[in-house]
Amino acid sequence: MQNLSTRHLLGIKDLTENDIQLILETADNFKEIINRPIKKVPSLRDVTIANIFFENSTRTKLSFELAQKRLSADIINFAASSSSVSKGETLIDTVNNILAMKVDMIVMRHPYPGAGIFLSKHINAQIVNAGDGAHEHPTQALLDAFSIRQKYGDVAGKKVVIVGDILHSRVALSNILCLQKLGAEVMVCGPTTLMPRYIKDLGVKVEHNLLKALNWCDVANMLRIQLERFDIKYFPSIREYSMMYGLNKQILDSLDKEIIVMHPGPINRGVEITSDVADSKQSVILEQVENGVAVRMAVMYLLASQNQVG
Amino acid sequence: MLHKQLLSSPKFELTIKRLCYQLIENHNDFSDSVIIGLQPRGIYLASCIQKELQNILPKSTINCGFLDITFFRDDFRRRESPLVPNSTRIDFIIEGKNVIIVDDVLFTGRTIRSGMDAMLAYGRPKTVELLVLVDRRFSREIPIEPDYIGMQVDSIASQNVRVSWKESEGENKVELITNK
Repeated sequence: MQNLSTRHLLGIKDLTENDIQLILETADNFKEIINRPIKKVPSLRDVTIANIFFENSTRTKLSFELAQKRLSADIINFAASSSSVSKGETLIDTVNNILAMKVDMIVMRHPYPGAGIFLSKHINAQIVNAGDGAHEHPTQALLDAFSIRQKYGDVAGKKVVIVGDILHSRVALSNILCLQKLGAEVMVCGPTTLMPRYIKDLGVKVEHNLLKALNWCDVANMLRIQLERFDIKYFPSIREYSMMYGLNKQILDSLDKEIIVMHPGPINRGVEITSDVADSKQSVILEQVENGVAVRMAVMYLLASQNQVG
Repeated sequence: MLHKQLLSSPKFELTIKRLCYQLIENHNDFSDSVIIGLQPRGIYLASCIQKELQNILPKSTINCGFLDITFFRDDFRRRESPLVPNSTRIDFIIEGKNVIIVDDVLFTGRTIRSGMDAMLAYGRPKTVELLVLVDRRFSREIPIEPDYIGMQVDSIASQNVRVSWKESEGENKVELITNK
């Protein structure tokens, strides 16, 4: 079995198709393990991991933490809001102080794009990017690909539409890169104001009509409107956005095929997706959460295996 | 590389049959006993034993599962390449059962130790026994000994013992391989 071609997981951009397949195949094994009566394996018992979150998170943080515990790693948690960062400490100083406590791996979420890449050039530990600004969120893309593969058997040849706030979304970029590397066709759909200017250069289709996009796809990945990243008003009102780009049961039932609906969370019910769709049998939102633990276990297992003891 | 055949086809099948009768002596109709083959190579022997036992005891149900031990191994981060995981398939409960762990070759004993750790995730068995087709004597690194042995082989660490199976390699045989 080959190793991952990279020492860190900074973004899907750095991964090869083989790397992604290796992660997904390893995640299959971990998925079986987390459904056992005893869900813990001792693989990472001599590895210490620090979870550093400079931005709020529920799912990703819990998912990483649980994955680390299931692998028997020692973990420390760090939230920027309650730390010396507010006293003016720099990112490198903060991380170097954590590393001085003999930490092997850093899982980091940061509001600035490229924070993980910057850190990887200055410190010695392995880094897993848990989201850097509007840049990448690689483990989310991997778990989305895993969920599609679980439903359809393969990602190659599938048509996936990503709907919503593409401009501010790190999930969108990572998903586009990951799905394309696995051979899927990707379309983005949303208001013109929420489309990055050069999005077509990534080789994706662009559509502004939700119904047309849904009629084309096998999978719809609905994104949240990231109001916290809005510096100006990108559309007149949430209500109008919801009427144009919100997925409801009526639209879903009007399609001539059964598509699956995904959402990286957190959901704004009634905005990008209605409750009856989010809770329908076509929705795989909670399966995505379950798969997230298995995929993150696989990522950390494969990264840790590159570091020899002694 | 020097290949020396230790066990060839007719004797190989006879050995399997003998192991089955030895198992029946201790486990009667297998109502409270289960077989667990260790991935990747122990599953062939486990399936073979299950098939043979089913022939001998047509009225019994012989439960046989496959267990992957990758994540329980003690050489993680101590080898060049990552360990390859395999699938686990155990569709029965081992709580309170007599478990027979099955592997093709017993060498250092470390795989079996990992296997026992991995197995405990499925419950607490009443007893655990070990069946191996080939016991490489005098090479143990931890105190583990088999209860049922197909054959014993005296070999040195640099040699290899390879068991081939009809299902995967086209022929049932055991070979001793010496690297020149």
